[in-house]
Amino acid sequence: MSLQVSELKVHYRTLKGDVRALDGMSFGLGDGEILGLVGESGCGKSTLGKSLIRMDGRMRRVGGTVVLDGRELPIDDDRAMNEFRFREVSLIPQYAMSALNPTRKIRRMVTELLRSRGAALDLAELERRMAQVGLPAEVLDRYPIELSGGMKQRMVMVISTLLDPSLLIADEVTSALDVSTQKAVARALLGFRESGYVKSMIFVTHDLALTHHIADTIMVMYAGRLAEKAPADVIVKAPRHPYTKLLLDALPEVGVRYADRRLEGIAGSPPSLLNPPAGCRFRDRCPIAGEECAEDPPVAELAPDHHVACWKA
Amino acid sequence: MRRYFGRKLLIYGLTFFVAVTVNWMIPRFMPGDPVASMVARANVTKPEAVEAMRAYYTNLFGLDQPLWQQYLNFWGALLRGDFGVSIWLFPTPVSDVITTAVPYTLALIVPSVLLSWVVGNRFGAYAARRKLLDNTVLPVGYVLTAMPYMWLAVLLAWAFGVILGWFPVAGGYSFSMRPNWSWTFLLDLLHHWTLPFLSLFLVALGGWAIGMRNMIIYELESDYSNYLSALGAPSRLIRRYAFRNAVLPQITGLALQLGVLVAGALVTEIVFAYPGLGSLILKAIQNKDFFLLQGTFLFIVLGVLIANFIIDIVYVVVDPRTRAGMAGAQA
Repeated sequence: MSLQVSELKVHYRTLKGDVRALDGMSFGLGDGEILGLVGESGCGKSTLGKSLIRMDGRMRRVGGTVVLDGRELPIDDDRAMNEFRFREVSLIPQYAMSALNPTRKIRRMVTELLRSRGAALDLAELERRMAQVGLPAEVLDRYPIELSGGMKQRMVMVISTLLDPSLLIADEVTSALDVSTQKAVARALLGFRESGYVKSMIFVTHDLALTHHIADTIMVMYAGRLAEKAPADVIVKAPRHPYTKLLLDALPEVGVRYADRRLEGIAGSPPSLLNPPAGCRFRDRCPIAGEECAEDPPVAELAPDHHVACWKA
Repeated sequence: MRRYFGRKLLIYGLTFFVAVTVNWMIPRFMPGDPVASMVARANVTKPEAVEAMRAYYTNLFGLDQPLWQQYLNFWGALLRGDFGVSIWLFPTPVSDVITTAVPYTLALIVPSVLLSWVVGNRFGAYAARRKLLDNTVLPVGYVLTAMPYMWLAVLLAWAFGVILGWFPVAGGYSFSMRPNWSWTFLLDLLHHWTLPFLSLFLVALGGWAIGMRNMIIYELESDYSNYLSALGAPSRLIRRYAFRNAVLPQITGLALQLGVLVAGALVTEIVFAYPGLGSLILKAIQNKDFFLLQGTFLFIVLGVLIANFIIDIVYVVVDPRTRAGMAGAQA
């Protein structure tokens, strides 16, 4: 197990009270595993991604631990966390297009960043990695404004993994890209794992179809909690949680015309996490909810590596 | 690059042309007759003498010609570097009068503008994200920047000149002295220079500090700063980047503010009776001295245009994005 998250609770402080964005998440991530983290907006997937590398000022850890390669991460101590960032945990941010300083040439920015972390720039290695994602070496002598969006994205991917982190968090990296670039990014990420630049990866997205292609395991989150976690094929072909099933039903299939049947969404919306209702949080939207759902469903391992939090599963 | 500067130069050329024209028009269409006042100053009573003097002066200043001819003559003289003869200090040439005043004005404006810009930026960047400073010193900055130049000048003159008596309140040097290159005279110059400089410096300082503070906070919230923090870069590096990028709008601000700053300096000179261009303008207006007024204005316009052009060049050097724009990438 390279990453072990136990009972992690992270709340946002607001004027109205605490928003329980992560309310007791537990999961593990093996060496070399790519975990696809899926869920709708506000389910806590980005909060989870941020908690593992850099909490923002409003976030507060209420409980739980994160252990990476046998060492506990001081996730709520910004200073102590610096030691782990970039070397152990790294991030490809959602905003990769604007993540580079506009007034520095890329070579200089990378050099300064590495030097500030006490690492020397291995130019040959950097150029090799850039070539691997299809970036020519000249890119180093350009300003970010002179690159296309896709090039910036790939440059950020290379920079983020330069110190061979153990865990890479890819936060919605494909959401702003067209389909063919998405494929290139996905392939590059797989290549990074194969070359050993990163050990394991959390791929945060709301694109279930794309996740299926690159992730080994998919974890579905709902309202700050784990709903279902299983190997990618199992999630797509034999989901057990009603939310996962509805999520898959809401996806269009290529080549199928929806003339006689409207594509179904999931009626209703997730509960407010300011004061979440007791019991199963999907209860109100769940077609098969029953009496027992008034109580919190525990996460149960129904089959090896198949975890589901549902009484009816 | 050449096209960019060509376009800029064309705009500056046009601005200069319009400024010179307006400059020529204003005194000529102002009420009052300068020749009459010169004749009156001569205290002659004989009507023939008055008539002769009027004819002589009118001819001397070229005021007997039709307006369009005067306008063309004006341009011709200007290109030869001839600003005419001062009426107030007749018969000193205007260029000589201006040359004696310019060093004083430059010695006030250049250090106060540059120093307030540099110090204000540093200080604003430092105050951003430091709660205590942000809550105590920046409000003072707001008060300073909201103050009209002459008001602060009057306050300083009153407090340090009249009440405390530390600094003289008028003149560029003591009346008992003649300009020369001795240490005592230089010290005396510095002594007289301090208060006008301080009033210009303080007013501008507050504005730059506030602008910089806001820009730095914006930059520290930007995506590249967040990315660097997520990769554990020390805040020293992030703040350095933020400062570098936040300075860019401040440079534009300097270009925009330049005219205002110069105007402020002129008014301040008048408050302290400092022998620079500002006092010269006042004297020229009081004495209906067209040529001096024109010459001074022209000099100021030229100075502001040149300073703006320098800032344009600096901007191209410091911001790679303007360079990309010049290549036509964002046409």
